[in-house]
Amino acid sequence: MDNQTAIARAQAHYARCIDDGPLDDWPLFFTEDCHYRITTADNYSRGLPAGVIWADTRGMLRDRVSALQEANIYEPHVYRHMLGLPAVLSESGGDVRSETPFVVMRVTGGGPTDVFATGRYVDRYHLADGRALLRERVVVCDSKEIDTLLALPL
Amino acid sequence: MDRLSGTVVGRAPDRSWPQSLSRVPYWVFQDEEVYRAEQDRIFHGPTWSYLCLEAELAEPGDFCATFIGEQPVLVTRDVDGEIYAFENRCAHRGALIAMADHGSAREFTCVYHAWTYNLQGDLTAVAFAEGVQGRGGMPAGFCMNDHGPRKLRIAVVHGLVFGTLSNDLPDIEEYLGEQILDRIDRVLGGRTPVVLGRFTQRLPNNWKLYAENVRDSYHASILHLFFTTFGINRLSQRGGIIVDRSGGHHVSYSAIDRTAVADSEYSQQNIRSESEYRLADPSILEGFSEVGDDVTLQILSVYPGFVLQQIQNSVAVRQILPRGTDDTVLNWTYLGFESDTEEQRLVRMKQSNLVGPAGYVSMEDGGIGGFVQRGIAGASDEYATLQMGGETAESSESRVTEASVRGFWQAYRASMGFVADDAAPLHEIGEHERSRITREGHA
Repeated sequence: MDNQTAIARAQAHYARCIDDGPLDDWPLFFTEDCHYRITTADNYSRGLPAGVIWADTRGMLRDRVSALQEANIYEPHVYRHMLGLPAVLSESGGDVRSETPFVVMRVTGGGPTDVFATGRYVDRYHLADGRALLRERVVVCDSKEIDTLLALPL
Repeated sequence: MDRLSGTVVGRAPDRSWPQSLSRVPYWVFQDEEVYRAEQDRIFHGPTWSYLCLEAELAEPGDFCATFIGEQPVLVTRDVDGEIYAFENRCAHRGALIAMADHGSAREFTCVYHAWTYNLQGDLTAVAFAEGVQGRGGMPAGFCMNDHGPRKLRIAVVHGLVFGTLSNDLPDIEEYLGEQILDRIDRVLGGRTPVVLGRFTQRLPNNWKLYAENVRDSYHASILHLFFTTFGINRLSQRGGIIVDRSGGHHVSYSAIDRTAVADSEYSQQNIRSESEYRLADPSILEGFSEVGDDVTLQILSVYPGFVLQQIQNSVAVRQILPRGTDDTVLNWTYLGFESDTEEQRLVRMKQSNLVGPAGYVSMEDGGIGGFVQRGIAGASDEYATLQMGGETAESSESRVTEASVRGFWQAYRASMGFVADDAAPLHEIGEHERSRITREGHA
């Protein structure tokens, strides 16, 4: 299996995990030592480092999930991720950089289907034994605006 | 009843405003006429609005596109090193002078007909002013000095740039008062902020519901479970509320209480603050003393729409911008400081998870205003009750109070001319005393 196929496969399961569950598995798409952040194209192009979500360990991703399940209060909502094909930008052994465009629709409560976010994943994958794990995922949202709140990860 | 001047169209329904500061009528979050009047009387009136950070205008030519209420504004640093601000509106036909949010420019040229402005907002050139081949062109009497966007008064407080379109208000120091100034100084004084990121949150509610929420120290440890569970903020911590004399500005703060024992009040209140929730990676809570004291939380607001926040080592400014009766823009700017060590910067990154649109202790605030906006539909003549901690808007050592929320309404009523008028005939007397109000415009 080539790297692009391995990444596409991992991402299909990633999207399914967030959209259809179980969300508890979401951190397992990352290496133990990882970087995940959600930012905007504006911040990204200016090199501003903060994120609306910022994590540098899988433990912090687990804490996101448990906070959503145990602590935070928000109106129930679901996402539907539509991912484009990953563009592999560089490959060096098991270290692969790729970018993937996404559209995420959100349905909050009994409301309509809204376009919640569009953007791209700027990724660095670790590939071993045909399995792709995220070392780094920067979620670069095209818009700087987030409607109401961001609870579930992108 | 006096009618509002300016933008008012048609006759407004009769309004009554309860005399007490502890009652807020719901129509104030719904009424289109009130919303229009706020633009004139508050945002264009005698208030100082936060515009941007001085750090965002580091070099001559740097500019920020920002807002006072709905009004687009450009803030610049000219080659003389001074900061200027003027409307982002071409004096010709009203188009935006600059479209980028941030950038650097030598001058601004309107894209529509190439009218050009210098960095102080003076009109310096009009395309084809002399016409072409002796035909057309501007009339001989046209004077560029008579045309230009309105200029703002500017004040800079510890790197925060404030502006106003009104000449009818005191200097920023007097506007804020010593206590508020001291608390801004505590976080920003003597340090150069660095922008770490900017995020915009679109809130489906009236701007005043967010202004209330920021001033509401009562909700923090009840709605935001993350705080209480990890001892970041409990109402029993050492702390207090400062409300300035106008009521409009406030500070809520808390500090590590080194003498504290496990308190039983929480477990008796049937609130979700005693869960067994534990973090897999508790490094998010490993901070440092922000300015060398024990204060771990300081939320400061400046009327009408500014917030300076220190939550642990997450420092940010927030700008509240009205966009409609049920639509608000909330701009977050996350800050570090030039003096930060690498470790301190890492702490700020981790703790950025606490705040913003996805913040562990702020996510709920994104939704709660919308819950109120939806909840009060059909209840325009009902009102909210703000009796926690009494009926006044005074500073207190207890944070179990709505004093600073009442303070906001005290300042708001003064700005808007909503005065309980005892001379006017009383409106329908319900089970609670209400009085007829008049709306007195400002000169």
